[in-house]
Amino acid sequence: MIVQVNNLTKTYLRHDGYINAVDNLTLDIPKGSFVTITGASGSGKTTLLLILGGLLRPTSGKMFYDGKEIDLHDEDELAKFRSNHVGFVMQSFALIPYLTAVENIMIALNVKNSNKSTIRKRANELLKWVGLEDRTTHYPKELSAGQQQRVAIARALANNPDLLLADEPTGNLDPSLSEEILSILKEINQKHNTTVVMVTHSPMAAEYGNTRIHLNKGKILSD
Amino acid sequence: MRLIDLTLKELWHRKSQLISGLLAITLGIGVIVGIRSISVVSEKAVAVNLDNLGANILVLPQAASVDNYYSADIDAPTFPESYVEKVVTSSLPGVDNMSPKLTRRMKIGNENIVLTGVLPKSEIASKPIWQTGGFLGNQINASCAPTTDDQPTKYLDEKLQRKGIDTLAGYDCFVGSSVAKKLNLKEKSTLTITTEKFTVVRILPETGTVDDDRVFANLHSVQALLGTGEQISAIEIMGCCRAISDGLLGKLRNILPDTRITTIGQIVSTQIETNRLMDKISLVFLIIILFVGSISIGNYIWANVNERRKEIGILRMIGYHKRHIYYILILKAVIIGIVGGFAGFVLGTLSAFWLGPQFAGIHVNPIYSLLLVSIVISVSISIIGSIIPAYMAGKIEPFSNMQED
Ligand SMILES: Nc1ncnc2c1ncn2[C@@H]1O[C@H](COP(=O)(O)OP(=O)(O)OP(=O)(O)O)[C@@H](O)[C@H]1O
Ligand SMILES: [Mg+2]
Repeated sequence: MIVQVNNLTKTYLRHDGYINAVDNLTLDIPKGSFVTITGASGSGKTTLLLILGGLLRPTSGKMFYDGKEIDLHDEDELAKFRSNHVGFVMQSFALIPYLTAVENIMIALNVKNSNKSTIRKRANELLKWVGLEDRTTHYPKELSAGQQQRVAIARALANNPDLLLADEPTGNLDPSLSEEILSILKEINQKHNTTVVMVTHSPMAAEYGNTRIHLNKGKILSD
Repeated sequence: MRLIDLTLKELWHRKSQLISGLLAITLGIGVIVGIRSISVVSEKAVAVNLDNLGANILVLPQAASVDNYYSADIDAPTFPESYVEKVVTSSLPGVDNMSPKLTRRMKIGNENIVLTGVLPKSEIASKPIWQTGGFLGNQINASCAPTTDDQPTKYLDEKLQRKGIDTLAGYDCFVGSSVAKKLNLKEKSTLTITTEKFTVVRILPETGTVDDDRVFANLHSVQALLGTGEQISAIEIMGCCRAISDGLLGKLRNILPDTRITTIGQIVSTQIETNRLMDKISLVFLIIILFVGSISIGNYIWANVNERRKEIGILRMIGYHKRHIYYILILKAVIIGIVGGFAGFVLGTLSAFWLGPQFAGIHVNPIYSLLLVSIVISVSISIIGSIIPAYMAGKIEPFSNMQED
C-alpha cells in the first residue's frame, strides 16, 4: 500500500450548516495502481484528493504513507511530503502566467535542487517527454489547452513523485485531447510504476482505472 | 529558476502596478533628499558667507527680498545712484567703502550669468576675498571696516589675500569661476554681452556663492548696456562694527527712507533660521514618509498578494514552504525599496539641482552619501510595510487555486 487513510472526515462550515465533505472514509491505495474517483458534483472528490496529497488537513482520521503515519499538523512535514512524493495535475492547469513552459517546470525542481543548469536540463527533458520540446520558451497563454495540460503533467513529474494526483485533468479538454492526456497518464503509471489517482466526471476516462471508486456524499459507494 | 528570478519576473509582469507602488516612496524620498541637498549647501554657503563677508550693511530697494545676502541684489528693483552721494554728503561716522551695484540676470548663449556693474575700487575695497596685497595700497580686516585708505590693516587669514586690479576699465570685466568654466573663458578672452564686447581681465577664485555666476563690469558700462540710466540695485556698505551698534542703521534709514537696510548679521541669521526650519521640515517629512510610505507599500503588496492568491497556491502545491512565500514577498519589498530609494535620490537631487538656483540662489551638487541613506530608509519602509501582507500570504492554502476558475 502506498497510501492508506483511516476514518477520514473533513467537515466544512457552510452558511447552511456543517457538511461532511468526506465522511468517515477508509481507503487503501495499492502501490502502482491507477485509481479513478467518480461521483456527483459536491460528492467530495476534490476534498479527498487534496487530503491524499497533503494539501488539506482532515478534521479527523489518520493517514499513512508507505506504512508510516504522516503528522497532518506539521506544516514542514506536509510541504516535504508534497515536494518529495506527490505530483498534482489540475483541471485549470495551474500554470504561472508570467513564466515560460520550461520555467514553470523549473520552479518545481527548484524546491529540491539548486544547480541551475541541472534544473534546466531536467525541465527540458520533461518537456520533451510530453512532446513539447519546441514549446519550451512559450508562455502559457501562447499554448493550447492540451499543451498547457502537458506542461502541467511535466511539472507534476518533475520531482519523480510516487503518487500522481489528478483532479479532472481532462475537464477542460475536448475528447481527442482528453485521450492524449489520459494515455500520457497511463504511460506514467505503467512505465514508471507511479501510482495515479484521478478524479473524473467522464465514464470514458474512468475506464482507464484499474481501481475505481465512486463517491456519494463523502462516502465510498462501490469499488 | 531561483526565487529571485521568479520575483523579478513577477515584478516585470506587473510593471504598471509596480510604478504606482513605487510612486509614494519615490516622491517621499525625493522630497527628503531635495530638502537635505539644498540645506546642506545652504549651510555651507552661510559658513562661506561668514568667512568672506566684505561689506556688512546692505542697502536695497524697499521691495527687494533679502533671503540670501549674495543674491539679494539679483532681480531686485532699482533706485537712483545718487543715493550714494546722499550718504557721502551726510558724512556719517563709521561708513566706509560704499559699493553701488547694478545687477541683472542674463543669458549668454545657453548659460545663465548674473551681470553685475560695480564701481571698481570701492567694490574691491569692500570685498576682502579679492583684496590685493598692496595693489590698492590698503588692506582690510574682514571683521571690521578700516577707517581710512592709508591705514593698513592685516587679514586674519592670509589665504584670503588674492591678486586683484584696482581699476575696471570701461569694457573690462571680471568673471566668476563658474561662468569662466561654463563659457570656457580665460584671461584676455572676449565676452560679448548683448551688443558689447568685454575683455576678461580676471577670473575670480571660486567662492561657493552666487558670485561664481557673476560677470563684474564697470557700473557705468552696465548701466549703458542695460539702458537703466543712473540706477543701481544695491549699495554694499562697510560700516564699523562699533558704529553699527551705535545706531548707524537707523541713521542710514533716515537718509534713505525708501530703501531697505539690513546688516549681514540679520541676513545670515535669517538664513540660519531657514536652514533650521528646513531641517525640521525634513524631519517631519521623514516621519510622514515612514508612515505614508509603509502604508502605501503595504497596500501595494497586499493587493499584489490578493492578485497572486492562485500563484501562491500553486507554489504551495508544488512543495514551497511558507517561508519561501515570505521570502519571495520580502525580496520583492527589498527590490522595491532599492529602486524607490534610488529613484527618490535621483528625483530629489535633480529637483534640488534645478530649484536650488531658482529659489535659494545656490548651486546644489549631488550628495552621494544621501544615496545610501535613501536606500536604507526606503528598504526599511518597504520591509515594514510588507510584514503584514507577507504574513497573510503565508496563510493562503496550497489548494486555493482550485477554488477559482
Ligand atoms: N472551502 C470550503 N468551504 C465550505 N464548503 C466546502 C469547501 N470546499 C468544498 N466544500 C463543500 O464540500 C463538498 C464537497 O466539495 P468538493 O469540492 O470536494 O466536491 P467535488 O466532488 O470535487 O465536486 P465537483 O465535481 O463539482 O468538483 C461540497 O458540498 C462543497 O460545497
Ligand atoms: Mg472537484
